[in-house]
Amino acid sequence: MENRLRLLRAERNWSQQDLGERLEVSRQSINAIETGKYDPSLPLAFRIAELFDLPIEDIFVSPSRRSSKAI
Amino acid sequence: MKGLLDMLRTPAWKRYNWRVIWLSLAYVAFLLPAVYGFKHKLIVGSVAWICAVLPALPIIGIFAAMGRYLVEEQDEYVRMLMVRQMLWASGFALSCATIWGFLDNFGLVGHADGYWVVVAWFFGLGIGGIFNKLTLGDGGC
Repeated sequence: MENRLRLLRAERNWSQQDLGERLEVSRQSINAIETGKYDPSLPLAFRIAELFDLPIEDIFVSPSRRSSKAI
Repeated sequence: MKGLLDMLRTPAWKRYNWRVIWLSLAYVAFLLPAVYGFKHKLIVGSVAWICAVLPALPIIGIFAAMGRYLVEEQDEYVRMLMVRQMLWASGFALSCATIWGFLDNFGLVGHADGYWVVVAWFFGLGIGGIFNKLTLGDGGC
């Protein structure tokens, strides 16, 4: 799933390791989410949103909205 | 390599590793006396059944440890990698058993001991790790 996680992390000067520690997941999990190879579960998506103090839809791009825009 | 080290650092993975080490030691401790005893015809009767089954128990324990690991692993992505590896392992082992079964049935190969399915399953875990590496960039365990 397309997302702004890398951008939000870069704005705070956090490494993937830093973000992983804050979310209690591995660095490779962060990398997989950032590159869109893995879609986080709803609980993890909420944890990410709460950490950045943003609504989930401001971080993750809805696949259905993305495809409707393409149409 | 860094990804693999990340995985090795998860507490659940460390606990799993310790369980597997102890179970492997138990396997050797049960297997060696059983092989010696059967080879020298020291084990007979109902004791023979118990001694023959004992080495299988730590292997079953390793399967249980893997299940426990999936329950305990808090990192959902790492857990997914392991699940994918297990699915590959199961598919590979069952496919091998099916093919071998037909070859055996038609008299093209000799009869194989059932525990080779377990060996194929663990080999399949490695195939799953390669698949993870190729598709996600993370090899898993």
